[in-house]
Amino acid sequence: MRSIKARLHWLDLVIVVLLFLFVGYVWQQIDGKLNYKWDWARVPNYLFRYDDTAEKWVANVLILGLVNTIRISIYASLLAILFGLILGVARTSRNLAVRMLARTYLELLRNIPPLVVIFIFFFFLSEQLISFFNIESWAYAIARSENAEVWTFLFGDMRQFPALISGIIVLALFESAFVGEILRAGIESVETGQREAARSLGMRWSDEMRFIVLPQALRKTLPPLANQFITLIKDSAIISLISVPDLTLRAVEMANSTRLLFETWIVAAGLYFILCFGLSLLFRSLETRIGRRTSK
Amino acid sequence: MTQPNPIIDIRGLNKHFGDFQALSQVDLSVETGEKVVICGPSGSGKSTLIRCINCLEDYSSGSLIVNGVKLSEDNRDIRVVRMEVGMVFQQFNLFPHLTVLGNLTIGMVRVRKMSRTDAEERARHYLERVHIPEQADKYPEQLSGGQQQRVAIARALCMEPKIMLFDEPTSALDPEMINEVLDVMTELAATGMTMICVTHEMGFARRVADKMVFMEGGSIEEIAPPEVFFSKPESARCRMFLDRILVH
Repeated sequence: MRSIKARLHWLDLVIVVLLFLFVGYVWQQIDGKLNYKWDWARVPNYLFRYDDTAEKWVANVLILGLVNTIRISIYASLLAILFGLILGVARTSRNLAVRMLARTYLELLRNIPPLVVIFIFFFFLSEQLISFFNIESWAYAIARSENAEVWTFLFGDMRQFPALISGIIVLALFESAFVGEILRAGIESVETGQREAARSLGMRWSDEMRFIVLPQALRKTLPPLANQFITLIKDSAIISLISVPDLTLRAVEMANSTRLLFETWIVAAGLYFILCFGLSLLFRSLETRIGRRTSK
Repeated sequence: MTQPNPIIDIRGLNKHFGDFQALSQVDLSVETGEKVVICGPSGSGKSTLIRCINCLEDYSSGSLIVNGVKLSEDNRDIRVVRMEVGMVFQQFNLFPHLTVLGNLTIGMVRVRKMSRTDAEERARHYLERVHIPEQADKYPEQLSGGQQQRVAIARALCMEPKIMLFDEPTSALDPEMINEVLDVMTELAATGMTMICVTHEMGFARRVADKMVFMEGGSIEEIAPPEVFFSKPESARCRMFLDRILVH
């Protein structure tokens, strides 16, 4: 690859100056016309607060929300990979009915706005399911029980578990459509010769998939799957609308109660950015390391 | 167990790809221990024919009995047959995510349900047979083409099949690697294995074949023992084909 010379042209400088002027203008508009009173001093308290009774610093709403967002993203991703795997395999099935079912699910989810999907799921299904399985009283019982700590570490405050679990499921259902498409492409990219070799050894279909096709497909699709994981973190903001206590919901609450509108949203945006950009750097370095190892 | 004879019995086999007739009225029977070499111009149906024998292709009409099992749509029968039929592909088709040993053992462990230790022992035995015992822990991409094809042969042999099919096993190899693969195949022939090879390596065919088959346009034009086949083939087209490939 040809390397691009990092040298500034005078035009670049003009662009930078113009950008600064623009930002300054917007700033001045907010400051002057909106008559907005900045109060950054109160913000750190919503990240960490000093607990007088325990006499130590503990995480406050925004950080708790961020941790919940991370929890939700991890569980939803695991579920999405499971559903996506089923979907991806179904999409490449020989059976027409199976293929059509998978296709229908996929097209439905891809062509309805996520927000609508989430509302439909939440109002039609999740309420029913939660009361059917008695999840609410189960979660409350755990919140009062002795090993509540483990559960709290895994799922946060157990009293919010019902909302959390419907958030996770709906997000997983939604993302599984995309994961499924990524995996389908991965499965289809495995040469037919591989399948023929597996079959000519006498392997049954399930073994052929499990030991020959999927390991190769997953390896090829790791980079797009990692990207999809980051997308999922960003998409997870939407489930705040069904009262899942994630970073966005906490930010909404904080902005409403403190009137620190700009500060709150700038901090929330910063937290999302650090999380997603950090992960994307991490995945990129992992990718080059794996790439180096396999190309040897 | 006595072997059913013939071990492969093909009668009136037809295969269509849409309008194109890939095989037409193919009759061929192979006795246990017999070595059959199939040759013919490209597109003549050689590969299709041997891929039918282990059901990688289905056929349109006719009958195909392999090792006493009549091949039909029934899945269970297909797997029973495939376990007894080893296949070596032109493009090797080794599993790139597994080591050589992993390539060899996966069939034994997953299909034959052997223990891992037994499988590894047998795998090492067959790697010895194909003269690359030292490559057991490498990945396929670290091997030369000839070595990869020998691993592929060992992988098929590990299943201890009754029949071995070779689909142009040396066509994707660099010239200097062809002989190492043919040597392994010649040694295998000496053990009494039933073999069907699609190949244009006529030296190998002369040495090993009991029966030569010439195909063109989806049908068998000539079946003869090699002495007759190479000196005075009956079919004019077969003579033309041989003239063309034996000139050099």
